Amino acid sequence: MLKKLVLDGIDWVDARIPMTETWNKHLAQYPTPVNFNFWYFFGSLAMLVLVNQILTGIWLTMHYNPSAEGAFASIEYIMRDVPYGWLLRYMHSTGASAFFVVIYLHMFRGLIYGSYQKPRELIWIFGMLIFLVLMAEAFMGYLLPWGQMSFWGAQVIISLFGAIPIIGDDLTLWIRGDYVISGATLNRFFALHVVALPLALVALVFLHIVALHEVGSNNPDGVEIKQKKGTASEEAKGKFTFHKQYSGKKDIIDAVPFHPYFTVKDIMGVSGFLICFAAVIFFIPEGGGYFLEPPNFEAANGLKTPDHIAPVWYYTPYYAILRAIPDKLIGVVFFGGSIAILFLLPWLDRCKVKSIRYRSWKHKLNITQFIICFIVLGVLGALPATPLLTTVAQVASVGYFGFFIALWVYSKNEKTKPLPTRLTH
Amino acid sequence: MKKLMIALVALLFTFPMFASAAGGNVHLEKANYDLSDKASLQNGAKLFMNYCFACHSTGHQRYQRVATDLGIPDELMRENLIFTDSKIGDLMHNSMDKKESAKWFGAAPPDLTLEARLRGADWIYTYLHSFYVDESRPFGVNNTVFPDVGMPHVLEELQGISTPTYEVVVDADGIEHKTVVALTSDETGEMSSDEYDQAVLDLVNFLVYAGEPNKLERQSLGIWVLAFLFVLFIVSYLLKKEYWRDIH
Amino acid sequence: MSNAPDNSGRRKFLTLTTGVVGAIGAAAVAVPFVKSWSPSEKAKAAGAPVAVDISKIQPGQLIRVEWRGKPVWVVSRTQKVLDELSTLDDKLRDPASEQAQQPDYATNPLRSLKSEIFIAVGICTHLGCSPTYLPDSFSEQVEGVESGFFCPCHGSKFDMAGRVFQNVPAPLNLVIPPHYYVSESQIVIGLDKGDA
Repeated sequence: MLKKLVLDGIDWVDARIPMTETWNKHLAQYPTPVNFNFWYFFGSLAMLVLVNQILTGIWLTMHYNPSAEGAFASIEYIMRDVPYGWLLRYMHSTGASAFFVVIYLHMFRGLIYGSYQKPRELIWIFGMLIFLVLMAEAFMGYLLPWGQMSFWGAQVIISLFGAIPIIGDDLTLWIRGDYVISGATLNRFFALHVVALPLALVALVFLHIVALHEVGSNNPDGVEIKQKKGTASEEAKGKFTFHKQYSGKKDIIDAVPFHPYFTVKDIMGVSGFLICFAAVIFFIPEGGGYFLEPPNFEAANGLKTPDHIAPVWYYTPYYAILRAIPDKLIGVVFFGGSIAILFLLPWLDRCKVKSIRYRSWKHKLNITQFIICFIVLGVLGALPATPLLTTVAQVASVGYFGFFIALWVYSKNEKTKPLPTRLTH
Repeated sequence: MKKLMIALVALLFTFPMFASAAGGNVHLEKANYDLSDKASLQNGAKLFMNYCFACHSTGHQRYQRVATDLGIPDELMRENLIFTDSKIGDLMHNSMDKKESAKWFGAAPPDLTLEARLRGADWIYTYLHSFYVDESRPFGVNNTVFPDVGMPHVLEELQGISTPTYEVVVDADGIEHKTVVALTSDETGEMSSDEYDQAVLDLVNFLVYAGEPNKLERQSLGIWVLAFLFVLFIVSYLLKKEYWRDIH
Repeated sequence: MSNAPDNSGRRKFLTLTTGVVGAIGAAAVAVPFVKSWSPSEKAKAAGAPVAVDISKIQPGQLIRVEWRGKPVWVVSRTQKVLDELSTLDDKLRDPASEQAQQPDYATNPLRSLKSEIFIAVGICTHLGCSPTYLPDSFSEQVEGVESGFFCPCHGSKFDMAGRVFQNVPAPLNLVIPPHYYVSESQIVIGLDKGDA
């Protein structure tokens, strides 16, 4: 009786919107490579953190006061006077750092398995746009507590626009809406942080997934699971049926339906992630001074600069590149370039083999030095600059950009290993 | 390859540890405060209200919350710890005029609600031990942790006052650098050295509490949350394994 | 073959267990979100009980105090007023205060702890206006009754115990807030005696 009612209800909806069709196409009959490993958890985790940020963000907005006079006190009001306000705030502040941890690992996965290569260039571009919007979102959100670090961090970053010839000074003035960072700046950042950028973020995430499902997932072997129709053996095709959109034109090999196999796997991944996430929220919410920086426990004061201004950890690699160059304009160009060049990755890599597993020792070495340089830059960006450290940062910057140049050079005629015909697992 | 990747991830996660150690180079003494010690917190609150509050407010916390958390009955709180005409539900602001006080001390005395989160418990503990005689300063005292501080040694009647031993180092350019290497107390205070340590520790304890009154609640709730998540992880792991039997 | 997984008992059990544990988790996560909507400490401090000094109140006088943003009346009732109150029962909607508009200790004919001091929230039970105190011209509203409260918005009428008259829009008697006497001259409004 109840079952019939539910089935009738589903039929009723299906006659009006393609609910079951969408469920099958994107979950229950969506072919997913069977050999996904640890690195493939971070996409779903990024989605989880996005939802966490949106929900806690909406709730914090209910108690926050976006004004230069009231912002700092309203954060403490949330931390003390609002029931469970402290938890909502720590979930949001820890979530910001967790978002970048997850996104960086997600990007690293794309990098080593060549997930940006043809035909997945657009997935990578949407992903990079998400990363860019996320950085803007985090930057504007960091001004809102109106502490010393909020104020001076924004001061430094907005000043970067002043390096642009001719329009620089007018542009910084326009961004601030005042001669210094003020309530006017705070209010526009608030509006962008809580409304405009989240909308852009959600739209881009949607496009990222649409693009992914159109071409299908890459995998650790970098071998496509879609083959020419009629070429695959029954054994390779396996026991599962997939939606005709995928299996109609191609033979699908070594794939499993996303639901239930990857839903249960991702639920496990989510539980594991939540253990780490909760451990930070409940036991080290300041993240050793890197998630919540101590100077930000003092209200913004435009007349007193903190001894050492360090951006939040997720910006430090680019900040280190900026500081490594002893010229403001060129520094800003390389700072922007360090992110812009990532957009070009699909075209800089001219190799036909995707996964690091089957690529040359040059590529393995190049990726390794790139990651080391990235981490070194990240550490240096958080430390006060000294002549020695600046030299180290310059070397690491060369390594950072060198990665892309070297990749473009050797990938044209790279000596790769033979690809397997089936996925290995 | 796999090992390399694991090493890289490990490096990424331990990244904050590499990068720590930005900050001053003054040696700080460890303040072994205990947030669950109510007697210490009460004594700290008493000391704070009597010696500090005239100049430093703790304007983000409420008297009522402090009374409840520290186990002080409302009546006692009203009679002994509220010196202004504030109601018990009010924020703990003092009656000092910010502009006037900036004239007296060079800068308005900061609000101390978040001082322990801003500078750390050890810093406050050491700072309150580090006043010494320096006649060149407006109040006749200086501080090794906070050089040229605009604050007098408010706890002098408890600690007495220390005289410094200087060490003079001449650097390569022939410029003399005079640094304080030791402080010797004149022991004119009401308290012995141990009593003073304890009093300052209580004060620090109170300020750590004030910085984050939910800290103990946060940690005890966290244990339950983690225990729950471990259960969730185990059942979801078993569920995953069960489904993936179809494939392996 | 279909994608429908093999539904062994173990699989069913684990799916159910994970579902239940997950649902408990989701419910727990909802707690901070829901509770954060309750009044904050700031709101509670602003709505804290208020103390009223009645040592200087004149017979017939009404003092207004603010409690939780609402006007609360403290009225000194003369003997004449008290005598009048006992004669009104047939004109009133709820003369015996059967509706729960007052604490137990004010559920009596005079709706008060002490007969001469009347305390009520000065908000009409119709649509929330604040009625006017008419100490000696109330007979224009109800014939033969000298004092009472008249709501200018929609003409509701209440006697000197806050009881509503018949044939007016207001459905209920005025609300009596929790209160108690600290001493002869000190009343705390907003708190019952035991909760102090």
